[in-house]
Amino acid sequence: MSDKKYKHQTGSKVVSYNKWGVIFLIPFMVVWLIFQFIPLVTTIYNSFFENYRSGLSQIGPNFIGLQNYVTIITNGDLINYSKNTMIMWIIGFIPQIFFSLLLAAWFTDPSLRLKGQRFFKTVIYLPNLIMASAFSMLFFTLFADSGPINSILVNMGVISQPFKFMSNVTAVRCLVGFMNFIMWFGNTTILLMAGMMGIDQSLFEAAEVDGATATEVFWKITLPILRPILIYVLITSLIGGLQMFDVPQILTNGTGDPTRTSMTLIMYLNKHLYSKNFGMGGALSVFLFIITGVLSLIVFRISYAGEVK
Amino acid sequence: MSTNNGTSKGMNIHVRRFIAYAVLGILSFLCLIWFYILFINATRSNSELGRGFTILPGGYLLTNWNNLIHGTLPIMSGMLNSIIIAGLSAGLCVYFSCMTAYAIHAYNFKGKKAIFTFILMIMMIPTQVTVLGFISFMGKLGLMDSFVPLIVPSIAAPVVFFYMKQYMDSNLPLSLLEAARIDGSGEFSTFNRIVIPLMKPAIAVEAIFTFVSSWNNYFTPALIISSDNKKTLPILIAQLRSADWLKFDMGQVYVMIAFSIFPVIVVYLVLSKYIVGGVTAGGVKE
Amino acid sequence: MKKVASVLLSTLMAASLVACGTSTSSGTPSAAPAATEAPAAAATEAPTAEPAAAATEEGKVLNIYCWNEEFKSRLEDHFPGYEKVDATSGKIGDVTVKFTITPSTDNAYQNKLDEVLPANASAAADDKVDIFLVEADYALKYTGASPAVALDVKGDLGLTDADLANQYQYTKDVVTADGILRGTSWQGCPGVLIYNREAAKEVFGSDDPETVQAKVKDWATFNATAAEVNAKGYLMTSTVNDAYRVYSNNVTSKWVENGKINIDPNIMKWVEDSKALVDAGYTTTAELWSDDWNKGFYPEGKVFCYFGPAWLINFSMKSDDAASIAAKGGWGAVEGPQGFNWGGTWICGAQGSDNPTLVAEIMKQLTCNESVMADIVKKDSDFVNNKPAMEAAAKDDSYAFAVLGGQNPLAMFTAGADKISMSNITIYDQGCTEEFQKAMKNYFDGNATLDESLDLFYKGVEEKYPELTH
Repeated sequence: MSDKKYKHQTGSKVVSYNKWGVIFLIPFMVVWLIFQFIPLVTTIYNSFFENYRSGLSQIGPNFIGLQNYVTIITNGDLINYSKNTMIMWIIGFIPQIFFSLLLAAWFTDPSLRLKGQRFFKTVIYLPNLIMASAFSMLFFTLFADSGPINSILVNMGVISQPFKFMSNVTAVRCLVGFMNFIMWFGNTTILLMAGMMGIDQSLFEAAEVDGATATEVFWKITLPILRPILIYVLITSLIGGLQMFDVPQILTNGTGDPTRTSMTLIMYLNKHLYSKNFGMGGALSVFLFIITGVLSLIVFRISYAGEVK
Repeated sequence: MSTNNGTSKGMNIHVRRFIAYAVLGILSFLCLIWFYILFINATRSNSELGRGFTILPGGYLLTNWNNLIHGTLPIMSGMLNSIIIAGLSAGLCVYFSCMTAYAIHAYNFKGKKAIFTFILMIMMIPTQVTVLGFISFMGKLGLMDSFVPLIVPSIAAPVVFFYMKQYMDSNLPLSLLEAARIDGSGEFSTFNRIVIPLMKPAIAVEAIFTFVSSWNNYFTPALIISSDNKKTLPILIAQLRSADWLKFDMGQVYVMIAFSIFPVIVVYLVLSKYIVGGVTAGGVKE
Repeated sequence: MKKVASVLLSTLMAASLVACGTSTSSGTPSAAPAATEAPAAAATEAPTAEPAAAATEEGKVLNIYCWNEEFKSRLEDHFPGYEKVDATSGKIGDVTVKFTITPSTDNAYQNKLDEVLPANASAAADDKVDIFLVEADYALKYTGASPAVALDVKGDLGLTDADLANQYQYTKDVVTADGILRGTSWQGCPGVLIYNREAAKEVFGSDDPETVQAKVKDWATFNATAAEVNAKGYLMTSTVNDAYRVYSNNVTSKWVENGKINIDPNIMKWVEDSKALVDAGYTTTAELWSDDWNKGFYPEGKVFCYFGPAWLINFSMKSDDAASIAAKGGWGAVEGPQGFNWGGTWICGAQGSDNPTLVAEIMKQLTCNESVMADIVKKDSDFVNNKPAMEAAAKDDSYAFAVLGGQNPLAMFTAGADKISMSNITIYDQGCTEEFQKAMKNYFDGNATLDESLDLFYKGVEEKYPELTH
């Protein structure tokens, strides 16, 4: 809609201004070509070859067509690890988006007049400042068999024997989800709040005068304005989720155990980096790209459904 | 949320406020406890750390710190390198992402839609995917053991671009730019003098995010950097953690972690003013 | 309006100014600037230095690649004529010694070696790797024949059989491929069984080494003793992984035979014995070095025994903490069911090195010179790779270990070192060992059947080494 307005007003000068659009795109494009496109092409090209290191000797590259892709599909790993990744992402994302929206609603609710907002707004992002590896290290120690969580639970009489968190599928997945939630809900809340900076405060005041409830204000004013940012949050979180790596990697010491049920796609990719397996790594990357693309496209379609641009 | 919303109409404002404070209190606790644990651990000796957690600090903070700075790791240059890399990355990233987003947002040219879709598509390529090709290509360009591959690629950050674009969609009316044009402002100076200031909250947000992720990045720098005087803090932490059995000291590791978190907290607190301080993007109001 | 941008810019400029300031003008902080200038200066000198170097024939820079500072401190403390310049460099005569330390985390150290060693011959003179260090678990990867990246210790470097005569045979086996020795070590790491004296008194009525040895003399007795020990509330070992090396160092076949993954019967025996111990509650599945493993270093951890070499006893059992068993000298050592080796660092000369004489000299001094090695025993409590030095120390009561309550276990160690056989190692050992322990944890914990765990193991190994099958 803004485009229409723009065209209407600028009229014939369109061309002379619009060349600037292209100029402004140049830095991005040049840097992207050098630092991302060439490596990407190499990666895809490599996926059609047998190409890895064995000890110090190089095997390949030998052209083997789609063999790497066939291997990945037939051994069932791709489906398993995609499933693990999505499960752990959802476990973290549900509380993340829930609390982010809740906090965003509270912070903007004029009738609530929360004190110490500044403090809370500042605090929620802090966990993201800790390196994921340091954070996982702490969790690993906290939830060890003889760690403090177990001794607290035993002392309180909740359990009689220490619970082996790291040997339980659900426990490991939930810990990963929980860590992701703690690390990222502040980020999401900040994104939503920054999106709300532009919302005219008088809108809320007017709504309050009109007797709208907090619920109505949230659904009728806050949410629609936040929509572009929400789509952004959903998509980037999805992409970030599919790229989940360091938290489960360090928590499970790279194994994705128990029985690889917490192994994510990137952890699997990382396994192939060990042998510098450009072939399998490349093929897996292409699959990752397709999975991410399809999922993001679905989200886009749903979010923009009905909106004419 | 549903329970809260469903009952809010009949709910007393004090009850709602109480719930809000309770939830915020718990969340704040969950956010801060880690810093407390890190701090406590930094004050304890390696042997004490092996025996689990305590609530009260130990007496080894200074000892750990002295061991760390009198050790062989170039801690101070590591800090400086991290500041340079993360600072420049964040600066270049937000500036050029704004510029790219502005190109798509404010202009009409052939292939604009295709480029937008294209950038969204490349956003979906996981960074780890291209790392093998990245390293070998940097080798060919002679950029190994240099800061360039750690800083310059941040200019092309599709994710940040996407955020800037979304933010512009809701907060940057084109009529304002129109006004600038009528005043005779050039396109480049309009971007620098009007658009950039209007993007302040978004820039602050993304600057923090980029700074933090660059600051905490271990993966790429570990592959690129090999000289001691160019190493960043995460590499030094990894080095400290893989120290030989004679020198292995978790107390030092925790002091080092605490030391490397400190600057990020400072940067965050400085920039967060622009986000949480209630800066309304005044210029947007028409 | 422009505040953010200008503040940001000025901060950045300030930051970069500070950066320039310290790296160019002031030379004081931590000597990092000196290090920046050194390679630059060296690089510009290189072409002109070439003809001059022909006279002395050897390079001006000795590059040493390693993953920690252990070897650096050995060189600093024990190599005659070594002068320390700063944290990562030094001088021997007019040759600059430069250490490149890459942490072994995430395989980074080996990746580094893989990148530089094959190209070493064509590297610039001052960048050529001269010495690199390896560990037993992957030593063969770098000391194999094709491609050969390490120098032949005898043929290329000129060390003689007489020089090497006092070294323990197994330390040579580790770095020998096709009959050619491509590295040497100053350490030996034979291990013993370390038992909790309090527990021994409580369970057997005596903490006398002979009584205890009779209770752990072979695996059948060891496992039977586990029940006895457990009846008094003790864990036999802290984790199943404690005993792993003892089994795996006594195998009769290799991890990989003819391109196929092979599990030795003794390794399967470890699985069987461990599963029984875990199921009975006599041990746990914790990882080595974790807090769950450490807890037995304290009386309340209630662990009967650990397996380990001298360095574990002296440096890892928390003897600096007054509350630990070690601080009270509460441990004892016996040979245990089988001998084994844990740890050790080997020095290799790199193919393409331009300092072969100096490399040979370092090997001679640190790994063959009895008086230097006796110094290492005294100063660093290493178990050195020199039979006469260790045999002398074994008879000397001043070498008694405080942690072991005044027992001198060196005789036990020297006896162990003679028996160790490392002839069944392959280049795949590190990966196979890691994957096997990880996979079996699932079986021990009851999360998978034995067959499922073995499948996980095969999968893990084949990901690391795509050329292998099972």
